[in-house]
Formats: sequence, C-alpha cells, structure tokens
Amino acid sequence: MLAFFLRRLGVMALTMLCLTFVVFYLVNLEPNLRKLAISQTEMHASDEHIESWLTRNGYRRPFLERYAAWIGVWPKKPNIDAETGKQVSRFTYCEEPSVVVYAGVIEGDFGCSTKFKTKVAEKLLPALRATGLLMFWVMATMVPVALFLGILSGMREGSKLDRALSVVSIVTTSTPEYVSGVVLTIIFGTWLGWLNGSAASATGDGITFYNFTLPVITPAIYGMGYIARMTRASMVEVMTAQYIRTARLKGLGFYAVVLKHALRNALIAPFTVIMLQFPWLLTGVVIVEVMFRYQGFGLALVDAAGNNDIDLMLSCSLVSVLLVLVTQLISDVGYAFLNPRIRVQ
Amino acid sequence: MVEPILDIRNLSISFSTRAVEIPAVMDFSCQVMPGEAMGLVGESGCGKSTVALAILRDLARIGRITSGSIHFNGRDMAKLSEHELRQIRGSEIAMVYQEPMASLNPTMKIGQQLTEVLFIHERVTKEQAYARALDMVKAVKLPDPERIMGSYPHQLSGGQQQRIVIAMALLAKPKLLILDEPTTALDVTVEAGIVELVKELGKEFGTSMLFISHNLGLILETCDRVTVMYSGEAVESGPIRDVFGSVRHPYTQGLFRSMPLLGTNRNSRPIIPIPGQLPLPHERPKGCHFGPRCSHFVDGVCNVSTVAMRSIDEANTHHSRCMRVEEIDWHAPPEAATQTEATGAGPVLLNVKGLKKYYKAAASEFFGGREARTVKAVEEVSFTAREAETLAIVGESGCGKSTLAKVLLGLETATDGTARYDDTDIQSDPIERRDTKLIASIQMIFQNPFDTLNPSYSVGSQIIRTLERFGIGASREERSEMMLNLLDLVKLPRAFATRMPRQLSGGQKQRIGVARAFAGHPRMIIADEPMSALDVSVQAAITELLTTIQRQSRTTMVLISHDLSLVRYMADRIIVMYLGHIVEQGTAEQIFAPPYHPYTEALLSAIPLANSLAKKRKIVLEGEIPSALSPPSGCPFQTRCHMKSKVSGSLCEQVVPPMRELKEGHAMKCHLPTEILDQMTPVIS
Amino acid sequence: MEFMSPFAIVLRVLIQFIPVSMAMAVLLTVSLLFKRRLGLYGFIIETGTGFAGVSILSFWLFTAIFAASVAPFDPLGQIVSMKDALPGAIEANSGLPYLLGGDKLARDVFSRMVFGSRIVLIIAPLATFLALSVGIMLGLPAGYFGKRIDAILSFLANLILAFPIILLFYLLVSPGILETPIPYALAGFFFVFPIVLLFTLFWSGYRAHPKQLALRLVLTLLAGGWLFATFVFDSDPFHILRVSPSTLNIFAAVALASGPGIFRIVRSLTLDIKTREYVQAAQTRGETPWFIMLWEILPNARGPLIVDACLRIGYTTILIGALGYFGLGMPPESPDWGTAIKESSRLMRAFVHPALPPALAMMSFVLGLNLLADALREQSLKD
Repeated sequence: MLAFFLRRLGVMALTMLCLTFVVFYLVNLEPNLRKLAISQTEMHASDEHIESWLTRNGYRRPFLERYAAWIGVWPKKPNIDAETGKQVSRFTYCEEPSVVVYAGVIEGDFGCSTKFKTKVAEKLLPALRATGLLMFWVMATMVPVALFLGILSGMREGSKLDRALSVVSIVTTSTPEYVSGVVLTIIFGTWLGWLNGSAASATGDGITFYNFTLPVITPAIYGMGYIARMTRASMVEVMTAQYIRTARLKGLGFYAVVLKHALRNALIAPFTVIMLQFPWLLTGVVIVEVMFRYQGFGLALVDAAGNNDIDLMLSCSLVSVLLVLVTQLISDVGYAFLNPRIRVQ
Repeated sequence: MVEPILDIRNLSISFSTRAVEIPAVMDFSCQVMPGEAMGLVGESGCGKSTVALAILRDLARIGRITSGSIHFNGRDMAKLSEHELRQIRGSEIAMVYQEPMASLNPTMKIGQQLTEVLFIHERVTKEQAYARALDMVKAVKLPDPERIMGSYPHQLSGGQQQRIVIAMALLAKPKLLILDEPTTALDVTVEAGIVELVKELGKEFGTSMLFISHNLGLILETCDRVTVMYSGEAVESGPIRDVFGSVRHPYTQGLFRSMPLLGTNRNSRPIIPIPGQLPLPHERPKGCHFGPRCSHFVDGVCNVSTVAMRSIDEANTHHSRCMRVEEIDWHAPPEAATQTEATGAGPVLLNVKGLKKYYKAAASEFFGGREARTVKAVEEVSFTAREAETLAIVGESGCGKSTLAKVLLGLETATDGTARYDDTDIQSDPIERRDTKLIASIQMIFQNPFDTLNPSYSVGSQIIRTLERFGIGASREERSEMMLNLLDLVKLPRAFATRMPRQLSGGQKQRIGVARAFAGHPRMIIADEPMSALDVSVQAAITELLTTIQRQSRTTMVLISHDLSLVRYMADRIIVMYLGHIVEQGTAEQIFAPPYHPYTEALLSAIPLANSLAKKRKIVLEGEIPSALSPPSGCPFQTRCHMKSKVSGSLCEQVVPPMRELKEGHAMKCHLPTEILDQMTPVIS
Repeated sequence: MEFMSPFAIVLRVLIQFIPVSMAMAVLLTVSLLFKRRLGLYGFIIETGTGFAGVSILSFWLFTAIFAASVAPFDPLGQIVSMKDALPGAIEANSGLPYLLGGDKLARDVFSRMVFGSRIVLIIAPLATFLALSVGIMLGLPAGYFGKRIDAILSFLANLILAFPIILLFYLLVSPGILETPIPYALAGFFFVFPIVLLFTLFWSGYRAHPKQLALRLVLTLLAGGWLFATFVFDSDPFHILRVSPSTLNIFAAVALASGPGIFRIVRSLTLDIKTREYVQAAQTRGETPWFIMLWEILPNARGPLIVDACLRIGYTTILIGALGYFGLGMPPESPDWGTAIKESSRLMRAFVHPALPPALAMMSFVLGLNLLADALREQSLKD
C-alpha cells in the first residue's frame, strides 16, 4: 500500500516536472517574451528598449537556470542597477528581494504577477477560493441530479422513461457552456429578468441566488448528461447481472433489489467518471468565469495568458495539473475502496 | 396418492422478437414428487433453462407462457400475485445456477447475502439469522465458516462460491431446489465434491430437486427420474433405470451412442455422432423435430403432424415422443459401428526432456517496484510423442498443460530443458525465428469455437490466408481450390467459403478450425480442449472427424483435455499433470488400470458415468487446487491427497517424489510404497 | 427601415434552404428504400435516434456544400446601415432581408451562420481523423506489446491528458507562436501518422503480393504528399485548398488534445482483443506483430472506434467553438460559430438576436453526432 502511494507520488512529481517544463518553454518563446516586454513597457517601445528591459529583468539568462530558479533549486538573482551597480529588487511591487536567494516553488515562493502587479500567491489564493466555491456548487447540483436520472433510466432499460431521459441526457451533452450560457442568459436574464447575467457582484457582495445561479447551472448542464449516461450504462449492466437475478429469486421486491443490490454496484463506475469531471470542469469554469465576469481562477488564467504573465501562468498550470493528478489519485483509491474485488490485491 | 410438488402440464413458452414470435418450449409436461430428484437433460438451446425460469416466473420481458400450467404445491403459479410470488421465491423454491461468481453480489459480504434470505422470509433476530447462516455454511462443508461469513465472494474459489450459493438456496428450507448446470464452470474434482454435497443435502433436508444438465452422467448420479429435451420439447421421460436401461427415443439413443464409454477406444467401439444439427427455433421441421437427423425416419409418418408424448409401459412412468416406438428394434446394434485397426505408431517425433517454464509474476510498470515472484508453470517435464500417435495431457486448471502447448508452438520459450522436434531443438525458438516449414508442421486447434475465427473475415479467406502464409499453392486460384478441398475434408459444404463466422454454428466453426490447422499438412497437431465448449452430439462429430483425418494423415496429436472419457477414447498414451508436474504417465490402458497415482484415482472417480451398470469407487478430494503462485511444499498434491496418511513421516510435505518407473512406459511421482500401489483396486468396475 | 413579419421570415428561411432540403429528401428516401442492402447504416437509419442523427448531420453537410446558394449575403460583407438590425430587416440596395438580423459590424447573421458550417465541417472531422490515426498507430503497439513501450506511451498520453485543455490552447494557439516552428513541427508530426498507418497496413498485409503492394504504396505516397504539401506547407500543387497557418495551428492543437483519449481506447480494446483465440491462431501461423495488430485486431475494434469517433467529432466541434469563444486561432472576422457566439455574447443585454443562431447551430450539429453515436452503440450492442 505504502509502496503504491510512493510510486504514485513519484509519477505525479515527474508529471508535474515535465508539464511545467513544457509550459516554461512555451511562455519563454521569443514572441511571448516580446509580448510581455511590450505590455510592461510603453506601447511603442523600440527593439533596443525591449531587449534592454528583458536583459535587465533576467529574462535573457540561460533557460535552464531560470527554470531551476523558478523551481527553487537554483538561486534567484536580483537585478543590477545599471548606474550604481548595486543589487536591487526586480519587481518592487512584489517586494522581490535585492539579494541572491533560493526563492522558488519548493521554497513556497510562486513569483510575481506582472499583470496584476502583486505576488502570485496573493492574486491566486482568493481566485482559487472563489473558483472552489463555484465548483462546489456545480458539483452539488450536477452530481445528485445526474446520478438520480441515470439510475432511474437504467433501472428499467428500454422503458418510456428510459428513452425520454436518454434524449434529455444527449441534448445536455450536446450543449457546451458557451451555448447554454448564452441561451440561458437570454431567457432568464434578458427576457424574464429573473437572474443576473453577470456574476461580477458575487466577488464583492457575496453570492446570491440572483447572481450565482446561471454560472452554476451552465457548466452543470453540460456535465450532467455525461454522468447520467455513464450511470445509466453501469446500471443497465448491473441490472442484467446474474446476482440481481439471485436477489430477485430470493424473494426481494423490485425496489429492494435496486436499492440493496444494484445501487452500490452501479455507482462504482460513475464514481471514477465523477472524479475525472473535476479537471474537465476546469475548462467549463474558465468559460463561465469569462462569460459571467466572475473573479476566479479561470479569469486569472485568461488574463495571465493574454498578457504572458509568466509566473502567474506557471502557477495556474501547476494548480490545474495538481487538480488533475489529485483527482486521478482519489478516483483510483476511491474505486479500490468501493470495489472490494480490487481492494485486497 | 401423493401430490407432486411441481406439476408442469403442456407448458409452451414463446419469445417475441421484432419480427416474429419464436416458440422456445412446446407442450412440456413434467412432475416432481416430494423428496424426488428430477433430471432435465438436453443440449444447448433445447429450452431447459427457459423451463426453469418459467417455474419461478422470471422470464425475460420478451418471454411469455402461451399455454399450459405450472402448479407448485397445488397452487397455480400463473395466478399468484406479485406479493405471493415473492413469498414463494427463495423460501419454497430456490435456484442455483452455472456461474457461481456471477450469482453472488460482489460488493456484499457472504454473511449478509446469506442472512438476507432469512430476513425476507422469516421473523428472525440478527443473532438467530447469523447462527442459522453459520450452521448452513458448516453444512455445506466449508472450512473456517466464521471467516467465510465475513469475506467477499471474490475471496473464495469457484467451488467454495458454489457451495455458498447452495447454502443460500437451502437456507430457508425450500421444498424445491432448481439446479441449472451447477457444476459446468468447475473443475472435475471440484465438481465431484459439489455433486456429492447436493445428493447428501437433498436427502438430509428432504428437498425435491430439478437438476438441469447437459451431462447424462451427472443426471444418472444424482437423479431418480429424467426428462430428455430436444428442440423445445420433452422427447423422453421416465425413471432413470428405464431411460438409461431401455432407451425409447432415437434422440436419447443417439446421445448415448455419441458418448465415448470408458473402457472403449476409437478402435474398439467408435462413437456414432448424430448427423446434422439442431434446427434453429424458427426453422423447426414439421412433425417430429428430430426427424431430419433420425435414422429411423419414415417419410409420411414422422413428418405429418405434431407428435404427442405417450406412455410406453404399463406402469405409466416411461414416456416417449416417437411415432415409431413400437416398430423400432431398440436392441439392434448401430449400423455404422465398424471396428478399425489401430494405426501403428511411427518413429519418435517429439522428445521433451526436463522442460521447465517459469514466469516472473511482477507487473513491472514505469517504476517497477514490486518484488518479482516466479510462477512455476511447468516443472521438469519429460515425455515423447511418436508419429501417428495421440498423446493426451490431462489435468485441471492451472496444471500447466496450456503453457506446455505454448512452448511447443513457440509462443513462449522454455526456461530450461530441451524439446527435440524431429531433429531440431525448438524449446528456445520463438515463433518469429522459426521457418515457415516448422511453423506449418506444428499447428493448433483451439478451445473456443466462438473465438477461434476472426469475425471480420469470411471463412474461406481465413483458410486461404493460412495457405498463403505457409507458401502452399502457386496462385490465388490454386489456393482457392485447395481451400475448397479442405472444406470437403472437414465435411462442410463448399458454399461455406463465403460465409462469415457469425453465420456458423459452434460445431461448424470448430470444423473450420480443424481445416485451418490441417492446411499446411502438419506433422503435429496440438488440440487444446477442442470439444469442451461443444454439445455432446457435436463433440462426437468433431471427435470422429479428428480421428479420421489423423488416421489418414498419420499426424501426431497432442490432446489437451480434462475430460477423461474423451481422453480414454482418443489417446494412445496419457500424461497426467498437476500444478506443473507430470504426476503419472503411461499408455491409456496403464493409466486407467491400477496402480494409480492418487490424483489420477480421484480424477477417474470424478468422471460422471452415463452407464447405469458400471460401479464406481467414490473418492472425493478435500479442498481446492492450490494457486501456482504459492504451490505447496514437497509433493504438489499433498494438500489434497487422500492417501497421504499411508506414507510414513512427513515425507510428502518435504520431498518432491521422484519419477519412478513401475512398468515399461508407466511411471508416476508418488511416495506410496509399492505394496500399497499393488493392492489398489480398479475405480470403475 | 422595413421589416418582414415573423411568419414571412420563417417562410423565407425555409425557401433559402430549399437546395438543402431537396438533397436531404433524396438522401433519406434512398436510404430508407434500400435500408436492407445498406448493412449497418441501414439498421441505424431505421431507429428513431439514428434517423434524427442522420437527418441533422445531412442538413449541416448539405448546408456547408450549398452555402453559397443558401446564404443571401457575403458572410464578411458589412453594410453599414444594417448595424445591429433586427431580424427581418430589409436591406435597401438589394431589397433582400437580413433574415436573422445584423450583428454589431453590420453583417448578415443568417449568412454567417450558414458559412460557419463550412469551417466546422472541415476542421472537426479532419482533426478527429488525424487524432484517430495517431491513437491507432500508438495504441495498438502499447496494448499489444505492453511492457516498456506501453509504459512510456501511456505516460506520455497521461501527461497530455493532465494538461488542462484551455491552458494547452492558450499556449499553443496564441498568435505569437506562429512565428516559431512549433505549429509546423507539430502538424507535420501529426500528418505523418495517416501516411505511416497506411504504409504499415499495406506493407504487413500485401508483402506476398509485390505488385499490389507497390500500387498501394505509390497511391499512399501521392495522397500523403499532397496532404502534406497542402496542409503543412500551405502550397497545394493543384491550388484547390488553402490552409492558413492559423488553421493548421488549430488542427495541430485539436489533434494533440484528442489523440491521447483515442490512444487509451485503442490500447484497452487491443488488450481485450489480443486474448482472443484468433489472435493466437495468427501467432501460431507465424504472422508478424504488425499484421496481427492491423489486420486481425483493428477490424474487430472498429465498432467501439466508430462510436467514439462520432462522439469525438462532436467534442472537437465544441473545442473549436471554445477556441473561437476565446478568440484563439481564428481570425476575428471568421464566421465560425464559436467566434460568432463570442462576438455577440458581449452585447447580449442590448441585442439578443446575433447570439442565438450560431449557438443553436452549434448545439444541433453536436446533437446530431451524439444521436448517431448513440444509435451506433445500440446497434453494436445488439450483434
């Protein structure tokens, strides 16, 4: 068991290392660095100006050295003031040190956001909290409804209820967030006026039914059909299993069979699907946050990408990759926990 | 007069599909008396399982009883309300079926699944329920009942699971127990244990039984009366003694004649397969369903109108559905039974010496962490096979017989030892390194006919590809002609060349498998359980086909099987394997006569005999086959051996017995002293 | 400005779609008439979901084909007076109506929706096809050989799967990256796979017949070369197709995003099928591993793969829409549905009408694919 976890952690660390390296490489491509320099200097800066800004701020140091420094296994060097020759802080708004230190991710320093002119951690933590809240509500509405629909339609395969619910699920899986968001906003925001088409106020004033419903149900609808279909498939398979016949021939009634024997077995497969929905949800959340102007992780990511905010971008990828890997781990462990056949091995 | 517990009268069941309604069971009648065991025998698709499910009113949604009635204990099952039906299910009628693993809920502990039955049908406290369930687990003779109550199904072996299913069925003391092929998925020696248990418990609890099986031997061992089904109808029924002693329906007779009898072989008493094949449910012939396959068929008599079941003895117990019962001479010897000369064996073709195959059982991934364990699949095996000879390898699951075949075919390479084929050593040549000639000369017939042909290509093109691969035939036309000849060889119409595998029946697919294997004129054929997935009458046809082709081509055959009656019939020499070891080898006569290795003795005793005259010594093995991952110390068989007490000291636990030669060509691995071996009596007499 | 009545708008839309509906009518009638002889397709068209799916898809297919005659206006043309015009407004010069109104740049929403179908219908299936050949070419050996090959390929696939798609797109489909060789390298890498796949397929299957082999290899090479020249180097020797670097970039990114998923499916199918006895039979007659993978295993994996491909084209459509929605890859004036939704959703409080048509178009197209996939799955379960 311990060996299993250690191996998994090893693979996770390797994955993160590989992925951040790729991201680091891509954000440090010449056009991207120029984009950064332009957004940090004046609009019509000359080429020399851009070059000197990049050199001064350490973007011309060897690639691997900078990557190692970001990780924290190599010291970060401060800027050298051209006139005095003294070491000065690179980005003062982030209170970057003016001495040579190890200040990378493993030291807990995620760097400086050039776009928001603040430390990455200070920008990202509130954004993550906001997104966490959104994700929680999405899951809390999506999962129970999806499971219920899936169980209901898989219980009696081929019945009218099953067919009707299947059509509903197919329609929802065909409706990506940017479609349902638009349609729902038109109906409930513009025409009926019941709900707010923007969640901008949620950041300051707190969430309300009025400003938060649309951002929650938009991604929930898209994900729901998928989980419901998986649950249905799993339920259909379980209901034809021999042990369900055993239970029936023991003298159990239909609903007792469903609740006592089918349900637990039918929920094992969807559990994995649900856990793997988290990373999937991340894309939806980005769209929803952009669409409804909700100050969360997704909006931060889009802003960081739009301005090539290197450190913020790296941290965003770190967070997303971590989310993927952790949910995968939970899904595997949880699967083993739910399924006694796996547990013993 | 005693009322029957189960009384089925003129039952007909149909399944409605999109296009038509297909009758599955027609005019089926059968009575089960209290305390009696009724056997229901027939080949797949004859409707026997449908009858069982109809009794419990658990047909699939498309299935419907169209006429007739089922009375249980005097009550009409069709008139019961859902509620009443639930009360009867599990408490008065219980059922056990084929796949024990699938019949148990994988996420529920055994104890829970057992006590549930009591909670449904009786008012019991938790403690009472647990105590009764525990008693039942003890009654089905499972070791360590407390631990078993707390385990999940997958933690038990197949045999143990089936015992649990039986315990669950008997827990509420039902009046009728339906067993649908309860031992088909199990190994022979495990099967023998289950059969023994069912018989014992049936007597102990006085339960009536409906025992469904395709195996006439099993029915003979367990039942008092039997009903034979063919193509949706009961064709013959009566007391076991009558049906087995004086057959009165051509189909039943055909079944008996298509089974090899122990003590006979392919030369002394060739089996006679039933010609043709089971008609599809919507293509049944008019009149007698068996007509087209029957040698007593008379046009204008048998195919005129529906044949009724009628009584044929004074006691009104023996019934037959044959128009010509009175006219047929039931004692006439079968026409085709011509004895043949044994083909003399030629020079040694394959010589295996000290062959070993070990596997590393670590699933090493990107970061291989787990310690590597070795599985000793084949351990120090030596034998020879001669030209035109049939060598049988017998053993139950995990004995290493399939691994051995893979090494010979080049799909695996040996860890140690030599396998000399003709005059080349092939043990460490993987198939990529073998030349076409060698590959073509060692071919294989596979076990599962439904899996042996690629479903994406036509039958003919698959045979042509084989020819092409072996470089036989110069042009496409020539190969195509050869393919048609091969179809002739396996007695299939030439039109089959363009058919897709899914349009063929199991037996026909297996014939294609045979044609493909013989395409390259092989000198050695390895047949891995070639009949085990086929019905009795089809088995006979394939067996006959293989024997004929082998006789003509003087091919060496290595027959891998667990079916001792088949092995006795086909083989010249036999190797008995257990957990990777050859425990006994010798000629067929030597293996089937004392002295036996204790394992061979148990195997022989486990064969269900379909001969009411033969007497059998009963040896039921304890426990289960150990896993090849953790084989026992010393003699591999010592954990289950019934003769172990006759060996002094702890020799069996400590030392692997050496192979010792008893007679010319007869050798075994056993510590038993010669005096005891000499005292052994035949298992079957 | 004059307006048409809602009824007149509906009527006029139907009239515009006449070429499409006629083509659909022909296709569906022929399909239904000959369904007994059409194999799997015939069975599918018989079911309700299958018929609905085929209808929707053929609608969009014919719309894309006949776009020039269905759409009354140039999708990029701006007629200033029609800025934000409501549905049914009649353009004064031509006397033709903006059936579904005008957008904020005064373009005809209806024509843009019709032309938008072309972009989706070309990119989504083609990108899926690329991903499919990558997934097959790598998934087969991973499943068949296992061990080290499987470990490495699976790790790489998981690596890409662990990348949040949106981040991947921001990194790979940004305008700046077009100045680097990365998109071309990536696309070159992906476009090699169909060629390699066909080469291996023919090589392993026809080695005994040199003439047939040569013919097939030459054809593959010609088709592959044209594909490569057209897509990767944007220099179609016949000047039929033009593929801009930004479109190529989308191809590469989308194929990269869906390749690992297909890889995993192919791998698990291979793991399952390789235990079948007909695979063992092929091994015992000495077939090469690639013959077994491509000629014995792959044909029997086609059922689940076709279903997955269907679903994946839908998913790819959604991804392309998302790219448009984030303003990545597509030029800002592009009529594709994703870009159109983005453009219009910003002004949704003021004007609703430009947002709905592309949104509903997108949804119906994906719905058609999902319905077809569902019908296919049902049918393959029956066999």
